Parts: sequence; C-alpha cells; structure tokens
Amino acid sequence: MSPKTLYDKIWDAHVAHEAEDGTCLLYIDRHLVHEVTSPQAFEGLRMAGRGVHAPDKTIAVPDHNVPTTAGRNDPKNMTEDSAIQVAALDTNAKEFGIHYYPVSDVRQGIVHIVGPEQGWTLPGMTVVCGDSHTATHGAFGALAHGIGTSEVEHVLATQTLIQKKSKNMKVEITGKLRPGVTAKDITLSVIGATGTAGGNGHVIEYCGEAIRDLSMEGRMTVCNMAIEGGARAGIIAPDEKTFEYCKGRPHAPKGAQWEAAVAWWKTLFTDEGAHFDKVVTLKGEDIAPVVTWGTSPEDVLPITASVPAADSFTGGKVGAAQRSLDYMALTPGTPLTDITIDTVFIGSCTNGRIEDLRAAAAILKGKKKKDGLRAMVVPGSGLVRAQAEEEGLAQIFIDAGFEWRLAGCSMCLAMNPDQLAPGERCAATSNRNFEGRQGRGGRTHLMSPAMAAAAAITGKLTDVREMM
Amino acid sequence: MQKFTQLSGIAAPMPLVNIDTDMIIPKQFLKTIKRSGLGVNLFDEMRYDDDRNEIPDFVLNKPQYRDAQILVAGENFGCGSSREHAPWAIADFGITCVIAPSYADIFYSNCFKNGILPITLPQEQVDVLMKDAEKGSNARIEVDLEAQTITSSDGDVFHFEVDSFKKHCLMNGLDDIGLTMEKADAIAGFEAKASAERPWV
Repeated sequence: MSPKTLYDKIWDAHVAHEAEDGTCLLYIDRHLVHEVTSPQAFEGLRMAGRGVHAPDKTIAVPDHNVPTTAGRNDPKNMTEDSAIQVAALDTNAKEFGIHYYPVSDVRQGIVHIVGPEQGWTLPGMTVVCGDSHTATHGAFGALAHGIGTSEVEHVLATQTLIQKKSKNMKVEITGKLRPGVTAKDITLSVIGATGTAGGNGHVIEYCGEAIRDLSMEGRMTVCNMAIEGGARAGIIAPDEKTFEYCKGRPHAPKGAQWEAAVAWWKTLFTDEGAHFDKVVTLKGEDIAPVVTWGTSPEDVLPITASVPAADSFTGGKVGAAQRSLDYMALTPGTPLTDITIDTVFIGSCTNGRIEDLRAAAAILKGKKKKDGLRAMVVPGSGLVRAQAEEEGLAQIFIDAGFEWRLAGCSMCLAMNPDQLAPGERCAATSNRNFEGRQGRGGRTHLMSPAMAAAAAITGKLTDVREMM
Repeated sequence: MQKFTQLSGIAAPMPLVNIDTDMIIPKQFLKTIKRSGLGVNLFDEMRYDDDRNEIPDFVLNKPQYRDAQILVAGENFGCGSSREHAPWAIADFGITCVIAPSYADIFYSNCFKNGILPITLPQEQVDVLMKDAEKGSNARIEVDLEAQTITSSDGDVFHFEVDSFKKHCLMNGLDDIGLTMEKADAIAGFEAKASAERPWV
C-alpha cells in the first residue's frame, strides 16, 4: 500500500460514496451549529419537509452575536435582530432534537472552544460548522473545516458533504521557539510567509518539533488560522498530549471504547514517504513576536520592524498595501512600537482559552493598563471563565483595569455591541484585521495574548520580551 | 436553484486583490434569518458613507455599472469567513458571474449553491477582461457555461475550466440534497460499517 498522509487516512475512513469523476460524499462525524449561519438551513429543511439525519451528532451553541455583558439571559438585553437569531436557534435545537448549550448554560461559549472542551471533537473525526474557524478542531487530528449555509442544510439532511479531495500541504516548524514567542506568532508567521492564498485548495498538516512542543491550546491557535492562510483545513497528528486532553471529557469514550479509540488514533500519522504537493518549512528560532500592520492577515511583521512602504511589494499587492496604509492611517518607516492604540481585546476562538488568559495575566500581574485605554477580556467559554476565576486570573485582569466579560465571539467580529468606533485602533488577539472587521472604520492589529497585554500597559504596540 | 447557462452582460471592474467576505457583506447584515434582500448591502462599507449616501466613485454606484451582471476582480476573491450571505448578496444584486485569478475555497463552493458561476482565469486573461470591463456599458462580456468560454467585447475568446459535477448542477439548477438523498443506501451502509469500526463516534 502506498504511504498516506494523515489527511489521506481520515479522508479514506469517511468516504461514504465516490462517483466516477472523484466527487465524494464525505461522512460527517460532528456538526457544530451556531445562530448566524444556521437559520436559513433549518428553514430549508422545514420547507422541504426534511428532518435532521443524525441529531445525536449535531451540537448547537449561540456565540456570534450574544452580548458579553451581565443580564444577557433576558432577550430584552439583546438587540432585536440578535434576539431573533438566538430564539431561532433555541427553537430549531428543540424542534430537531439536537444537543444544545443555551446562553444561560455555564458551558456556553464560542463553538470552537465548546466542542473540544466537551469532548465532542476527537482525533480522526470529520468536523464541520458553518464557520471558517472550524479549522481549530484540526489540532486534534480531526479533519475540520468551515462550510456555507447550503452545506449546513446538506449536512443536517444527510450527515454528508459533497466534496472533492484537496491537495496535501506540509508546514513544518523545526526546532524550539524563543522566549516570548507563542503559537499565535507561529501561525501568523506562516501566513506572512505563504500569503492568504498560500493554502488555497490544500489541507495543511502542521508538524515539526515546535508544533509537537505546543500544548493542545497552542495547537488549536495554530490550526484556527489555517483558514487565514487559505487552506481548507489545518491538521496536527494526535499524540499523548491529545489523548490526555480528551480523556475524561463528557463526550469522550470511556472504558473499553476508550482503549479501542486510542488504538485507532495511534495509527493517525503521516506515513514515511507520503507525498505532499507543497512544503513550507520555518525555523522555530527564526520566529519573533509578530503583529499585523495592514488589513490582511498576511501583513505580518516582527514587532521590531517598521511600517512598510506600498512600493516594497509587487503586483496587485502594491495597490492593496497602499489601501491598507490609508485605512490604517500609518506612515511607512514608522517603527511598529511607535503605534499607539485605543483598545485591547483579548479573546476569540483563536486566543480565548485558559492558556491564553494565563499568558496575558502573567504580563499584567501587578500592573495597570494605560490610562484612557479600553481593555476587555472575553473568555472563550463559561468554563474557561470559571477556571480563570478559580486560578485568580480574573482578579489580575480586573486589577489591571480590564473589563471581565461573559463568553462569546464579541469584538472578534463585532456582531454584538462590542465594537470599535471609526478610527479606533485595537490590539487584538483575534484572527482577522479586515477593513471594518471589528467595527466600521476600526483598525485592528493582530497579535498574541502576551503581546496584547504588553500593549495594554504601554498604550502602544510593544515587544513583550522587554517585559519578561 | 436558479440555472446558469449563458450570460451576456456588463462587467464591473474591481481590480483589488484579497476582496474579503467582510467587504462583500459586513457583519451587521448577517443578522437576518432570510436568504433574500441582501443586494442593497453588497459591498456596503465601500458603497455608502456614514450617512447612508452612495459614494459616487464606487464602481457599482456608477451609472454604467448599476446593472452589472459580472464582476471582474483580483486574486483570492472571497477570502475570509464562510458566510453564504456573501454569494446571497452578490446574487441578489443581480451578479451571477465572477471572474478572478483565484478564489477562497469556501466562497467558491458557496457560489455554486446559489446559481453563481465563479470563473478562474490566468492573471493575464483577467487583465484583458478587466480592461474590457472598464469600458462600462459599451462592453458586454459573454459567458457560455456549456462551451466553457468567455468572449470579450473585442471578440477575444477565453476557455475556462470547471468541475463537471458542479457544471452539471449549475446548468440544471439541481438541488444537492435531493441528489445526495438518492444515495441513502450508500450512506446507511457506511454508517453501519463505521459504527462497528468506531463505535465511540
């Protein structure tokens, strides 16, 4: 048998039907659902008189537009349109009998944080959600990707997806990371190197010593942004750390089934000599703490660099860079550490897990945010929030002058009231710096939680290594 | 689904790379529970100022492009989120064909579910069509899905590739779910086998 990649193995284990032209029906093990991209899909089922094929494999949680402030269990404290979407999810979950974590449930949170936390996401699974950051679940060695609403309806009705196989891409991070460098710096640096279209048509397998050394939280951060690199999915081979994370989770297998599962999971790795269509290698020690300067996640530079000039790029990127510089109100040649910020946002499916909060709190401990700066922490789930309170992290944030919010997507995409005002500049741990992403006219610089915490203290983009 | 077979229409030029889904349809318009009515908000933040007045310089606000049915754009069109609101807004505006050197994967497949044909062409051919589109209502670009060709207003003919299954569905306006349900036996067979092999799933 010819050697296979990890992606090949999971793909092969889930093909329910293959047509002559290679179009496949890929069986879906877990379907995660949220309030924004699902109402039209459920409505489609109703109109066609169809049911949900596998409600026990379907998990719903509202996250995108729920407020993160107290009193949100009362729909009157939501904007009317948000309340309608949340109510629709409520009704659809009940009517179709799917697993559901309502806003009032302590387990509610960002769908990509709740899935792994509850043990829904396991190695070797196929996982989809009507959200591009479904790539997050690839950290478990699961094939996980975002889908559109028509596909959400298709999976609800048939538990399959019509797919053609993607190509294989390997991203290897060799060696060790230097102090102050995190999973976020890895994933941003990869996008900086490959561009936002670098992964188009591919599934990326992340590997190498620096990836193996990451915690599960860090691996989720890396895979989360595979989509910003254009990839269909990001994936990391499961290992003892993965099994340890999964063990004992509410929906992880137990007893003899656990043993059988681990035995299969241990076969999920890329065989020696397997073919990759594209290979990118970065040295772990070459990666610095980075920030974005522009309006594309590929606009990545080490914090020690300066704002680039548009004419330092080529092709269509010259115009795009100029547009970014204008939108971001930046002058070429300005050291990045001279850029002052108005707001700090720590949270999102990229960096809203306990380890992220620990990293930010370690920098903030005993310090205060810069006067006049707005700073908020939005934990990724109610359970992350509870754990952070138990560990004393919440108090560190509060003492530093941060708002300590309830779980949700919040200012990552600003569908709820957490938004930037026009011209406001934000140090954000989220995943997209597109024009208007965090609010019309808002300016976003992406970075790691530790870097965002450092920026909160100085009020400027800051090299976290100077605070360690 | 709306069928797509042939189209002869005005093409709007948007020579920008990495046009993302937040540009195509900003998040404040995702709070709908319907698929329709998003055309008025297509490219909303580029199209209207803070007082909701049209920005005259924006391509779709120019008189010659208000009825555009084709969009010509730079590489990596539709990058960003999985929101199908992006193709819903494009289709609702009346655009049923996008021409670009490359697309983000999820956006690309979302188009086919909504009667939109996304055509991939090499950069130099997109450049020719971009110039053609800049002629405004004087130039009509013709698209023939059956023949897989685009003809510029000057008569240049470009061939494009498209997946045969996607082409078939688009040309016949087929409902994916209905097609998949015809394979219910294969799905049931897979489920029986998988639940024996991986009962923990």
